[in-house]
Amino acid sequence: MTLFLDLNHSVGDFNLALKFQVPNGVSALFGRSGAGKTTLVNAVAGLITPQKGRIEIAGRAVFDAGRGLNIPPHQRGIGYVFQDPRLFPHMSVQRNLNYGRRPACSFEIDANLIVDILGLEKLLDRRPDTLSGGEKQRVAIARALLSNPDLLLLDEPLAALDRARKLEILSYLERLRDELRLPMLYVSHSVPELARLATDIVVMDAGKLVACGPASDLLSDPSLVPQLGLAAAGASVLARLTAQSEDGLSTLNTSAGQLFLPRIEAPLGSRVRVRILAQDVMISVQKPEQISALNILPCHIISLRPGDGPGMIVELNSGNDRLLARITARSAQRLRLQPDLACYAIVKTLSIRPAEVAI
Amino acid sequence: MPLFGLAPTEWQAVQLSLLVAFWASLLSLPLAVLVAYALARWQFWGRQLLNICVHLPLILPPVVTGYVLLLVFGQTASVGRFLNNTFGIVLAFRWTGAVLAAAVMAFPLMVRAIRLAIEAVDPKLEQAATTLGAGPIRVFLTITVPMMAPGLVAGVVLAFAKAMGEFGATITFVANIPGQTQTLPSAIYAFLQVPGGDASAVRLLVLSVFISVLALALSEWMARRVVHGTGQ
Repeated sequence: MTLFLDLNHSVGDFNLALKFQVPNGVSALFGRSGAGKTTLVNAVAGLITPQKGRIEIAGRAVFDAGRGLNIPPHQRGIGYVFQDPRLFPHMSVQRNLNYGRRPACSFEIDANLIVDILGLEKLLDRRPDTLSGGEKQRVAIARALLSNPDLLLLDEPLAALDRARKLEILSYLERLRDELRLPMLYVSHSVPELARLATDIVVMDAGKLVACGPASDLLSDPSLVPQLGLAAAGASVLARLTAQSEDGLSTLNTSAGQLFLPRIEAPLGSRVRVRILAQDVMISVQKPEQISALNILPCHIISLRPGDGPGMIVELNSGNDRLLARITARSAQRLRLQPDLACYAIVKTLSIRPAEVAI
Repeated sequence: MPLFGLAPTEWQAVQLSLLVAFWASLLSLPLAVLVAYALARWQFWGRQLLNICVHLPLILPPVVTGYVLLLVFGQTASVGRFLNNTFGIVLAFRWTGAVLAAAVMAFPLMVRAIRLAIEAVDPKLEQAATTLGAGPIRVFLTITVPMMAPGLVAGVVLAFAKAMGEFGATITFVANIPGQTQTLPSAIYAFLQVPGGDASAVRLLVLSVFISVLALALSEWMARRVVHGTGQ
């Protein structure tokens, strides 16, 4: 277990009261602004002292109000990447990176790997004020990593960056997750980010826990659509890259059949997680023949959930994966959709954006 | 051999002033940093009272401050007797007393400059340092101090200048004994009191202008070095 948390903390009218536990991996903390995400992360880091509760990091209690235990931040074994980079302006990049390094650790290999993964070789002698926003945030991530934390806290580290930088750093974070196997608590309110990075998700709202569980389950759980947002609702499909075609498409195998996507830059045989948004999925009760869409996956309907407006979310079973489709209630009625009905999910190849594909 | 055509008493006054200003600004620095830090960062009972006490020498007539020092540290006063009996330290009418008087008078200026510098240090950077495993002392020495260094330099220079020019409290507390407690300002004052002392007074005047300009230039140079060193 990486993180156990049982908190009760009030600031003015706001009350943060929740209890959860997440395993190793990347746990994402999701909720709209004001949900108490940053407060929670600061409590884990020890930057604020909750009024009641207990926090354990990697099996070690770092805070226990009942026992009067409150380990100061510098002894908690955490790394913290803030929303703003917070580089020390009076030190070079190299000295910033060295600041948290613990001399007792055998670090050379890791340090080189981290500098390499985050692409910092050419920045080491620069001053923080000469770096771009994306470079600063990469240095901040590397600096936190080099302190060899048991748990890395990231509070919307990509919020201040433009789209291109976001994608770039997101892929760095994926490498950190896969190559260093570092446990992370990642705060975000971007569903595509979560879908790519998170192994577990904690959904919170107004200081309370809404849901907590494996990312693949929660992200395709139709009952969480109100929290995750309609536009971001969707499900992840696991696939293996099997072919690259000359017309710019990649072929992937899923448990339900072949999937054609815009070219994915990865070696053949790579395992890929593709997030398919509910609003990009159409449903047909007969197998469509003369249709431009390339991806036609046989499915079964699991459930139908009406929404507040004219739309509804249809939960589908496609091989071993789940899919969500967002269609109008009128269509559902016309096609007589009901649980257990066999049907086809249709996904346009070009509707799947590169940001939704995690390698 | 008189330097710059200075008579021995004049030269002694200059030396004494430099010595007094040096020790006054150096010795009050650690306490000024502590008080400035407390006023800038800590919430505690009596904070406002401390603030007022620190500023008192700035508001009170210097003669009053000097008299208060005499009442507390004089040879017949309790603290003065205690210091003399226990440590053999005598302040009243000694050059060490001039250091104390100058330090007390310069203290508020030093605290104000350093406090402003501390308030300008972003606590978020200090938080970041603690999450990188740095304890409070390391955070202070490696983040807070370098970031407030220009303010520190300014505070020290301001205190040095004030200590060089301190007159009222000094003359009240340690009098005006040539060669012992006669600082540059009290020497100028003394020469103006005697017929034919004008020439000496003017020489000292020119010299004090020279020292002030030198100190200012030095502080500018140091501040620039510090700022360059911190990469701002």
